[in-house]
Amino acid sequence: MQLNRRLFLQGGVALAALLSIPRALLAAVWPEKAFQSASASEAVSALFGTSETTPSSAITLDAPEIAENGAVVPITVETSLENVKSVSIVVEKNPRPLVISFDVPPGTLPNVSCRIKMGQTSPVMAIVQTDSGLFSASKEVKVTIGGCGG
Amino acid sequence: MASNIKVKVKLKGDIAEVKSLMLHPMETGSRKDPDSGATIPAHHITELTFLNNGKNVMTVHCSTAVSRDPYFSFSFRGAKPGDTLTVQWLDNKGETDSVETVLA
Repeated sequence: MQLNRRLFLQGGVALAALLSIPRALLAAVWPEKAFQSASASEAVSALFGTSETTPSSAITLDAPEIAENGAVVPITVETSLENVKSVSIVVEKNPRPLVISFDVPPGTLPNVSCRIKMGQTSPVMAIVQTDSGLFSASKEVKVTIGGCGG
Repeated sequence: MASNIKVKVKLKGDIAEVKSLMLHPMETGSRKDPDSGATIPAHHITELTFLNNGKNVMTVHCSTAVSRDPYFSFSFRGAKPGDTLTVQWLDNKGETDSVETVLA
């Protein structure tokens, strides 16, 4: 699978230069456009080629109801969906909504944890990319002290 | 220089639970120096990779909104005692750090 992707990548380089391609093909490159986008839907489009996601109850997004310190908000995403390719976390009201994206190779469990910064109270969305599309779960996290400085 | 990455791995059968903590300022680029008022430039990890015996088990792309001194955890299958887990990161200034852990 790895080899196929490499071959496909080589063949697709010219095309890739012209199109803003879905991230799956360029897993090793930091997706700057997606990370620099100022709106959540733009960021998701830049990352996946579409901003359409299907809400799924198979995704568990574990985040605090109230984060006292927006500089350190623990987030855990778990899913029972199969053939997961990536897990991304988007904080809608952050200046740059796309926070982090985990590329999940075959054999790795799609259960990830990290700590993120939140500027203000905002919905937090977990987006899980599988080979059958994009799925999401969302939760509002209240922030009492913002963590984005300024 | 000693690595500033700490990694703990717990093996449960062939599943390895990886917890990692690394030191990094993760500057957002929007914070101002309280004394001079000058904007502190962004300085953050962009890419983090985990390799088990050289095979990629996780790649993480980070923005500035990952907390200072980032913590990550995840699990992967196919691990066995004696495997070498390599953790490495690259930041937007081209700095890098890595550490190797032998699974036990």
